[in-house]
Amino acid sequence: MLALLGVLVVVAGFATKRNPLLVVGVAGIATGLLGGLSPRAVLAAFGTGFADSRSVTVFAITLPVIGLLERYGLQEQGRALVARFARLTTGRFLALYLILRQLTAAVGLVSLGGPAQTVRPMVAPMAEGAAERRYGTLPDRARERVRSFAASADNVGLFFGEDCFLAVGSILLITGFVNTTYHTHLEPLDLAVWAMPTAACAFLLHGARLLRLDRTLERELGGGAGALAGSARTEEAAA
Amino acid sequence: MIRAEWFYWLVGAVFLAMAAQMLTDRSNPKRFGTAAFWGVIGAGFVYSTWVADKRAPAEPLGAAVLVAVCLAGFGLTGRGQVRTTSPEERAASAARLGNRLFVPALTIPVVAMACAVGVKKISFGGTPVLQSGSETILGLGIGAIVALVVAMVMLRERRPSVPLHAGRGMLEAMGWALLLPQLLATLGEIFQQAGVGTAVAKVTEHVLPHGQTYTAVVVYCVGMALFTVIMGNGFAAFPVMTAAVGWPVLIEQAHGKPAVVLAAGMLAGFCGTLCTPMAANFNIVPATLLELKDQYGPIKAQLPTAVGLLACNIVIISVFAF
Repeated sequence: MLALLGVLVVVAGFATKRNPLLVVGVAGIATGLLGGLSPRAVLAAFGTGFADSRSVTVFAITLPVIGLLERYGLQEQGRALVARFARLTTGRFLALYLILRQLTAAVGLVSLGGPAQTVRPMVAPMAEGAAERRYGTLPDRARERVRSFAASADNVGLFFGEDCFLAVGSILLITGFVNTTYHTHLEPLDLAVWAMPTAACAFLLHGARLLRLDRTLERELGGGAGALAGSARTEEAAA
Repeated sequence: MIRAEWFYWLVGAVFLAMAAQMLTDRSNPKRFGTAAFWGVIGAGFVYSTWVADKRAPAEPLGAAVLVAVCLAGFGLTGRGQVRTTSPEERAASAARLGNRLFVPALTIPVVAMACAVGVKKISFGGTPVLQSGSETILGLGIGAIVALVVAMVMLRERRPSVPLHAGRGMLEAMGWALLLPQLLATLGEIFQQAGVGTAVAKVTEHVLPHGQTYTAVVVYCVGMALFTVIMGNGFAAFPVMTAAVGWPVLIEQAHGKPAVVLAAGMLAGFCGTLCTPMAANFNIVPATLLELKDQYGPIKAQLPTAVGLLACNIVIISVFAF
């Protein structure tokens, strides 16, 4: 039971905003020692843990080629390609991004999107732009909501897309853990297939919520009044 | 036969080569610490081969990992100036190359899939071409190498140091975050060895009446989500909850299909990731990047979806696993 204190170390460490690497390291040492392992065994656990989980980090091998392509304008080309879909409402645009993110993640292209690569430079501005075309300048509350939903579309798309790809960290972790601990043989492909029902639910559920965002914006900023208020505010700002 | 360990050596060698570049990068105020951090990890990748097949002691590797943790944890690592092209050059290049730029990027998943599905079945004289059980990882590695060759030929780039520098920039930007998943997996294993799983199992045994499979499904999924909220990552929650409930109760007692239980269980954990500030890279970093006043904006946008999907996972296991 004492070993559960390690969980508390993690909670306390994160609550006080220490470096996560340090928190996890300390939690590991504390849990090991409290759980009755000798200091040597704790060191060995860190060693074997690292050796057995190398598959989680091997995606780093793709960084040189992605970096090279970025030097030659991969992101710019992606932006140009996505810009062709600009004639959409906020909700529809984000739902489209959600499915694109899911599909690309499902074939292993997890680093095509992300908060820094796509959400900040493209997805959030385009989502805002779609709303502004309808309602004029957005009040802060609506702007924050649109941006938050842009970030959420990226996360939901990534999380519930990537597990349909065989070589993703979490799938390899499942097979790695189960195959070594329980001496069985689980195929990554079976796991990837069974990640698909949840992926479909994620698209339907979050997609519906993104489309509802359109209705929420319509209700709050609604019709002509909102657009008038918006343009009035723009004029004020201009004056 | 192409062995998985060869691929790990390649990854280790790439880290070591990047560490050498970091060491000579005077634009990085913490170049020694940064180079040491990635050098230790690179060397660890190679040394791990003998730890994995138990021909070398694991303790030195454990000590090296803790050194890396301290280097990054105490802020001794940093970033150099990224050597890249100007926005104008990139825009001009994108206009010139167009969608051809996607070809090398798409080569990686295509080759990886081909290896995992097709090459897997090919063997010479009874020995498979790819080490069995590691086809997907090897596919990723072979895909990355093929993609790099395709890209360099297409872009007429002859200096191998250019992609290496470009990749190093991203490695430095990710910094400690790249090692965190591996360390969280390690923490999961230590939790396992120290009996956290058994402790949680004891607690759940008191709570959970025997033979109630569907209650156990709920406990497994909700437990995965809650543990992930605390740990910030489904990777650390997975070994604990699987050792406590998933494997002994759902798979051994109730004969659930392992693939369904474990895949949906992991995804139940991802529902937790959507609602926790601990998963800083997913939830807090975007709020900062998007200049939101409310740091929890993305979490609030995700919360109802997370709760709904948690329910979906419970239903999926209940319906398809038994």
